[in-house]
Amino acid sequence: MALLQISEPGTSPEPHARRVAVGIDLGTTHSLVAAVRSGVAECLPDRDGAVLLPSAVHYFADGRTEVGRAALAAAIEDPTNTIVSVKRLMGRGLGDLGAAGRLAYDFVDDPVGMVRFRTAAGIKSPVEVSAEILATLRQRAEDTFDAHLYGVVVTVPAYFDDAQRQATKDAAELAGLDVLRLVSEPTAASIAYGLDNASEGLYAVYDLGGGTFDISLLRMTKGVFEVVGTGGDSALGGDDIDAAFAAWALAKAGVVASSAGERRAAAIAARAAKEALSSAERAPFRCTIGGKTFELQATRADLEAVARPFVERTIAVVRAVVRDAKVARDEIDGIVLVGGATRMPFVRRAVHDFFGRAPLTNLDPDQVVALGAARQADALAGNVGAGDLLLLDVVPLSLGIETMGGLVERIVERNSAIPTARAQSFTTFQDGQTAMSIHVVQGERDLVADCRSLARFELHGIAPMVAGAARIQVTFTVDADGLLSVEAREETSGVEASVTVKPSYGLSDDEVTRMLKESFGHAEDDMAARALREAQVDSDRLLVALSSALAADGELLAPAERASIEALAENLRKARAGSDRAAIEEAMHALSDATEDFAAERMNRGIRRALAGRRVEDL
Amino acid sequence: MNLRADDFELFGLPRRFALDRAELDARRRALQAEVHPDRFASADAAARRAAMQWAVRVNEAYQRLADPVRRGAYLCELGGVPVRADDNTAMPAEFLRQQMAWRESLEEANSRAEVDAVEREMQRERGLAHARLAAAIDDRHDPLEAAREVRALMFIERFAADVDRRVAGFEG
Repeated sequence: MALLQISEPGTSPEPHARRVAVGIDLGTTHSLVAAVRSGVAECLPDRDGAVLLPSAVHYFADGRTEVGRAALAAAIEDPTNTIVSVKRLMGRGLGDLGAAGRLAYDFVDDPVGMVRFRTAAGIKSPVEVSAEILATLRQRAEDTFDAHLYGVVVTVPAYFDDAQRQATKDAAELAGLDVLRLVSEPTAASIAYGLDNASEGLYAVYDLGGGTFDISLLRMTKGVFEVVGTGGDSALGGDDIDAAFAAWALAKAGVVASSAGERRAAAIAARAAKEALSSAERAPFRCTIGGKTFELQATRADLEAVARPFVERTIAVVRAVVRDAKVARDEIDGIVLVGGATRMPFVRRAVHDFFGRAPLTNLDPDQVVALGAARQADALAGNVGAGDLLLLDVVPLSLGIETMGGLVERIVERNSAIPTARAQSFTTFQDGQTAMSIHVVQGERDLVADCRSLARFELHGIAPMVAGAARIQVTFTVDADGLLSVEAREETSGVEASVTVKPSYGLSDDEVTRMLKESFGHAEDDMAARALREAQVDSDRLLVALSSALAADGELLAPAERASIEALAENLRKARAGSDRAAIEEAMHALSDATEDFAAERMNRGIRRALAGRRVEDL
Repeated sequence: MNLRADDFELFGLPRRFALDRAELDARRRALQAEVHPDRFASADAAARRAAMQWAVRVNEAYQRLADPVRRGAYLCELGGVPVRADDNTAMPAEFLRQQMAWRESLEEANSRAEVDAVEREMQRERGLAHARLAAAIDDRHDPLEAAREVRALMFIERFAADVDRRVAGFEG
C-alpha cells in the first residue's frame, strides 16, 4: 500500500507546482484580473495589451455574446441588448431602481426578486451578465498561464450588502471559478498600497468607482490589515456624475435625448468630457442626438458645479465614518485614493480639504484593487513566499430581525469584525403559538420598512405554551466572505430551522444549477462529467492539505490515530482513481471526519504559539 | 486551551479591569494570525470549520474585552454577580438627578460649543466611573460594587449616544 509521503519538517511539504490564483476586480465601468508573478503583482493584459476590460456584455440573437470594448461600441446602436454598469443591478429588485434607471433596459416586469433583462439571447439576470465578464477574465488568465486556475479572490464594494455579495459569488461560480474569498475593494487597495510601501499606521481609503462609493479606515501593522470602520453608498459613483453632466449639457444645448441609445450616447460624451477636464481647464462636449451633432465648450468649473452635490455626499459619509470610529482626523497617517473618479481634481481637493493633508496618488487608481486582490489570492492559495498577509475585515451594515410592530432588533452591529456569530433569544407573542416567522433584514434604521429585506424563513413545531414562555434562540453567523447564515432553535423542544441566507433578491441554488447547465450548453452527461471532475479536484486538494498538515503538526497524533487517517487517505486515493463520484465523496467525508480532532489540536497549538512569550507573569 | 476558556485566558491576560489596549490589539492580531479562516483557505474541511469557530471566538472575546462597559460586566459575571441591567435599574437618587441635569443641558444646548461642553462633562464623569470600576474589581475585588458602577456606566453610554447624535446633527 502506498503511504502518504511526508517531508522533513521545515522543508516544502509538497513539491507541487505553484498554484495559479488570481485577483479579479469586477468593476462597474471596467474589470481587471491580476496575478502575482515572481513575487510581483501585475494586471494581466489581453492580446492587444489592454488591462482594462470594459464591463459591457452584448447579446446576439444566435446566443453569441461579446464582452468588453466590442460590446461597448455596440452600446449606442443596440442599447437593450448591451448591458453596461451591471454591477449597479447585482442583488437589486425593480423597486430599488429609480425611474431613470428603469428606462435603460427592457426589464422583465417582476416586482419580486432580482431584476432581469429581456435580450435578443433571452432573459438574463445581472448574475449571468457578470458571469460573462468573469469568464472572459478567467480565459485571459488561463491563456496567460496556460494553466487551470486554482482559485480567485473577487472584490466587492465594502458597502455591498448580503444580497449583493451573494450575487457576486454566484456569478463567479457560474463562470466556473473557485472563489477563495470575497474581499472588500478598499481593503484590497490597502494591501497593494501597504505592502508596496511597507506602511504602518492608520489609513483612510477613499474609493469612488463608476457606480459605488466606499470609505474604509484601516490599521496596518506588519502585514496585518485591520479594518477599523467602513461606510459608503453602493449607488453613488462616477456614472451619476456623467449622467448629471450629460443632462446639464443637453439642457444647455436645448436638446432632448428621447431613446435609451441617445441617453447612452450623451453619457458617453459626458464621460469623455469629464476625463478631458481632469487635465484641461476646458474641453469640448460633442454628442450626436437625433442625427444631429452638437458641440459646446465645457469648463472645469461647469463640471464641478454639477459634481459638487455628489462629492459632498461622499464627504458626509467620510465624516460619519471617522466620527463612528472615534478617531481624530490628524491621527490618520495617509489617505489612499481608489477608483477612476478620484482622478477629478475637484474630488482630490475635497478629500485634501477634509483630512487636511494631500492624498496619496502614486498608484494607478484603476489597478490598485486588482493588484491587492492578487496578493490576497496568492496568500490564500498557500503559495510559498506569499508572506504573512492577514486581512481582518468587518460587517459593513448591521444585521437583525423583524420584531413586533415592524421594528428591527439588531443582532450583529455594523463594523463588527468577521467572522462573527451572535445569538439572541426571542419569545412568542400569542398563547399556544407553534410557529414563528423570522424575517432577516440589513441596515441601520429602526423600522423594517427602511432596511433591506434579506430573507424570510419559518420555525415550526414549537410546543404550545403561554405567550412569552418559549425561548427561541436566533443565531447569526457571518463568515469571512461577509456572507450571513441564520439559525433558529426553540430551546425547550430543541426544534431547529436554519437558512444560509439566499437573499430574496438572490438566486436559488436551483436557478444557479439551471444557469450552469444553460451557460455551458451541457447535456446531463456533461454535467455528470463536470461533477466527477470537481470531486476529483476536491479530493486532490484534501489530500494535499492533509499532507501539509501532517508535515507541519503530525507529531500531535498518536501512532494509531495517524495510521487510521493514513488508511482513510489511501481509500480516498483509490476512489479518486476511479470514476464513481459518490464513492469519492464518501471517502472524502470519512477522511474529513477522521481529521476533526487533529484539526482542533492544531488550532490549539496555534493559540499556544500566538501567546508564547506573551505570558503575563501573574497569569 | 479550548473554546470554553474565558476571554482573559484565551488572550493570556490577567483577569483585571485595567488593560493595555495596545497589548490587547497585538494579541488579537497574533491569535487571528494563527486561527483566521484565511490561514486555512486551502486546508481540509475539518480544519476550515475549526478555524471558523476559533476566529469567531477570538473576535467575540476581543470585542468584549475592548469595550470597558462590556469588560466590566463580564468581570462581574465571572465574579458571580451578573449585572442584570434589564431588571435592575434602581440607581441612587443623586446619580439620577445628575443624569436629568445632563439631559436638560443637552436639550437646551443650541450651539456646537454648548454640546461640546456637555460632552466634556460626560467624558470626565465616564473617566471617573472607569477609575472607580477598576478600583472595585482590581483592588477591592468587590463584584457587587463593580456591578453598580457598570449599571451607572450603561446610563452614561446611552447618554453618550445621544450626545453623538447631536454632534452628528451639527456636522451634517
